[in-house]
Amino acid sequence: MSFLPYAVAAWVCIVGIYGIVTSRNLIHLALCLTVMQSSTYLLLLAIGYVKGGGPPIYKGVKLGTKSVDPVVQALTLTDIVVSVTVIALILALALDVHKQAGTVDPDEIREMRG
Amino acid sequence: MTWALPLPVVVPLVAAALATAGDHLLPRRLGDAIGVAGAAGGFAFSLVILLASEKHTQLTWFGGWKPRGGAAIGVAFVADPLGAGLAALASGLVLASILYSWSFLRDAGRPYDVLMLLFGGAMAGFALTGDIFNMFVWFELMGVAAYALAGFEVSQVGPLQGAINFAVSNTVGAYFILTGIALLYARTGALNLADIGHSLAGHRPDGLIIVALTLLVCGFLIKAAVAPFHLWLADAHAVAPAPVCVLFSGVMVVVGLLGVTRCYWTVFDASLAPQAHDVRSVLVALGIFTALLGAVMAFLQRHLKRLLAYSTISHMGIALVGVALLDERSLGGAADLLLAHGLLKASLFLCCGILLVRFEDIDELRLHGKGRALPVLGVMFGLGAVALSGLPYVGTYLGHAQIDEGAALDGIDWVQPLLMIAAGVSSAAILRAGARVFLGWGPTSDPLLSPEPSESPPERSASMPALLGVTAVVLVLGLAVSVAPGLGQRVEQAAGRARDRIAYVDRVLRSRETPSPRPPVAIEATTTDSVLYGIGGVVIALGLALVGLYRRRLPELVLGPLRAALGPPIALLRAAHSGVIGDYVAWITVGTAVVGGVWALLLRR
Repeated sequence: MSFLPYAVAAWVCIVGIYGIVTSRNLIHLALCLTVMQSSTYLLLLAIGYVKGGGPPIYKGVKLGTKSVDPVVQALTLTDIVVSVTVIALILALALDVHKQAGTVDPDEIREMRG
Repeated sequence: MTWALPLPVVVPLVAAALATAGDHLLPRRLGDAIGVAGAAGGFAFSLVILLASEKHTQLTWFGGWKPRGGAAIGVAFVADPLGAGLAALASGLVLASILYSWSFLRDAGRPYDVLMLLFGGAMAGFALTGDIFNMFVWFELMGVAAYALAGFEVSQVGPLQGAINFAVSNTVGAYFILTGIALLYARTGALNLADIGHSLAGHRPDGLIIVALTLLVCGFLIKAAVAPFHLWLADAHAVAPAPVCVLFSGVMVVVGLLGVTRCYWTVFDASLAPQAHDVRSVLVALGIFTALLGAVMAFLQRHLKRLLAYSTISHMGIALVGVALLDERSLGGAADLLLAHGLLKASLFLCCGILLVRFEDIDELRLHGKGRALPVLGVMFGLGAVALSGLPYVGTYLGHAQIDEGAALDGIDWVQPLLMIAAGVSSAAILRAGARVFLGWGPTSDPLLSPEPSESPPERSASMPALLGVTAVVLVLGLAVSVAPGLGQRVEQAAGRARDRIAYVDRVLRSRETPSPRPPVAIEATTTDSVLYGIGGVVIALGLALVGLYRRRLPELVLGPLRAALGPPIALLRAAHSGVIGDYVAWITVGTAVVGGVWALLLRR
């Protein structure tokens, strides 16, 4: 198994966090959060990869055929479903921020501090 | 008993679905009743499970997928008294909040009840599950419901800012947790907690274990609002409706600490037991730092809910010290502390809700003296504040005493005075606010306190007796925690069982039951030292509250140097709590990197 997918997962995670930290736009920020989330898919799928393994569909396949790990794929799907909800909520909140404050810059909606 | 195990989760979720589906079909009162019945049902089943789990750990495998050959295949719910106790606290507070909201937010509409039920059900699921990925799913479901509740007042910018900061910080935490889970799965091929721990047993910690430990612990500590991961909490609490704050402060943050406890004792203890003191030193340091920082920030607030939020952060730091000492007595102490704190803080938030209904304001200075019209509320507020300071045999005292005595047994004698100071300072802030609002003491202006946006009042025609009734019941339960006969011993036994990895593996993977003896039914005895620390906390609280109110009467000879010494650090603290989400995530990242780096240096020696 190559080292590369793990390095890419780490890189994507760091890029996502960098985007969140420096973002000046809530929509951009929500997308950076999905970038960070993509690193978890990459990591999970890399962990489940088996060299030469087929897709984990067992109907009509000979017993003993190699396949990649189906568990991580189920985890990835669950992760997608759960995270879509969160991102949708954050985008909805960003929309309301724009309605109320006329801006989507997190620096300009600082009502509370200190 | 196994049939009842999923019910604290299933009942609220089904009630939420029914209430949503029937929103436009059923009469309004019936919809309300479904909400209350769902919450009450969840609470009742949690209590049943709690009582059963005290005899032996309850276990159920979903779909009948039992372990084969000592390896878990399916997903299990495993109820030990600590987890079941948290589920009971969560569903109990959900019930109290829904009853209070009936009068407080009469026009909130059906989504409000539904979100509360989802929130409560997800917390119960998190507390009861025995599968690490299942923990992540409940964690996220709980999160989504909580973000929506924090931003419930979408017509104002403050709640939106609070909800976004809350949602983004906690989602970053959730991805840390998921990455940690993926790493553990890569090493062990298991997702069941007992199974993972069993596979790791006896292996020395390597890079992967340390990274997984860091990501899981830091991810959960974001939810637990431990500094420097705490910045979102005050924003979310300040803007959420008062009954929602009850759940945020009372149980949601506790869920984060249960996550740390569960992961450490079922999984990482297997590999890290020989180096436990290194894990302990880092977490104790974080706890002390959080306790003191939260207390100081609480003292600088004038927005009452934000003040209580910082006091919650301080108490989470104290509880983290209890968890981090890694012994039975301290962990039991943390649980007792959090139980009492959850109930007392809940009653204080409910008091704030009543102030908002009555005076349409939540600002300490603008409410100056107005509370004199509500003497009963003033007494309740004062009792709640004093009970949080550690007054012997009242409220949080039992938890404080157990943590202090655990620390003394571990040979660490410097944490007790620091925890006393933290509890004293945060209670001083609450007492100062209470004295100003309910007694009219002190001046009506104070440049030391941060100004915050005001909040639009909820239902004007709320029924005051109903609000006061719910608040009083929660307060009395909180006050009684320290003198409930047998509670201290039972919680300590529960803590001992949560720490027993071998018995957990035996129960989950081999279905072997280890019955536990019945603890004595007596009020927990505490040492003279603990009584003195408790009294010290109260003295600090009362003294500092008076200083906060009448600071200007001190001679300039004292005030001048004080101002010069404390001014710059206070300004720095304020600047760090900037209210911008990017800064918060930067702190989270730096904090995680530092914790991981220190552990990498210490644990690989």
